Amino acid sequence: MTTPRYSRSGRVRPSGGGPETFIWYLMRLTGLALFVLALTHYLILHVLYDPSRQNAEWITTMRWNSLFWRAFDWSLLMMVLVHAFLGVRTVITDYLHGGARTATLMGLYLIAIGLFAIGTLVVMTLPTVVPKG
Amino acid sequence: MLFRYRGSEGMLAWAFHRISGVAIWAFVIVHVVDIYLVGGNPKAYDEILKIYASPVGRLGETVLGAALLYHALNGLRIIVMDFWPVFTRYQRQLWYLNWAVFALVGVPVAIVILKPIFGL
Repeated sequence: MTTPRYSRSGRVRPSGGGPETFIWYLMRLTGLALFVLALTHYLILHVLYDPSRQNAEWITTMRWNSLFWRAFDWSLLMMVLVHAFLGVRTVITDYLHGGARTATLMGLYLIAIGLFAIGTLVVMTLPTVVPKG
Repeated sequence: MLFRYRGSEGMLAWAFHRISGVAIWAFVIVHVVDIYLVGGNPKAYDEILKIYASPVGRLGETVLGAALLYHALNGLRIIVMDFWPVFTRYQRQLWYLNWAVFALVGVPVAIVILKPIFGL
């Protein structure tokens, strides 16, 4: 089969088996994971529980009062950091070239590292509190 | 540009995917920072959460949900066509199928999120 030069879908799979091929598969794998993780997260926190019922105490005593939901939200964060930042990387490399591309990509990766740090910190260190009553 | 370009549905599907993806990425940055405040500054977090529950916040959440749902469904469409190339022949039909599911799931969700604005 010859490699198509254009695709009706997303990006044609880069050939050669190098990092770009790996990223192509990674986008699809993390995308599938996010289909479940992100939509479930949205359903719970925007539909099943109205935001007017939520505050910092609700998160401490209810939402993040189990290892399961902390692990769930941390997995969501990891998948988002891979998928969203590699996605924006594709957008940047489509529109920017040379020094502007390098500088913007550096900024992008710094934001990703920052979010990894503060997101992981809060989900792992927020004290567990037994709900009152 | 979007409607004059001859790419028609396939090109629109791509453009919406890109726009919704960048929008979700931007929200993720805000959201991770605001969640960090639950541990770092709970009072500030409670203030921010009041924005989520306000009419403007609810509209924003609905737009976010729409972006998520579109991106998720069109992402499945992309995966289906990538791994079973025969489906590229039906890319337009798959896109319309996406919109059918989008409406079916999205409208009830939007109603639930928006109805408190009208005191319901």
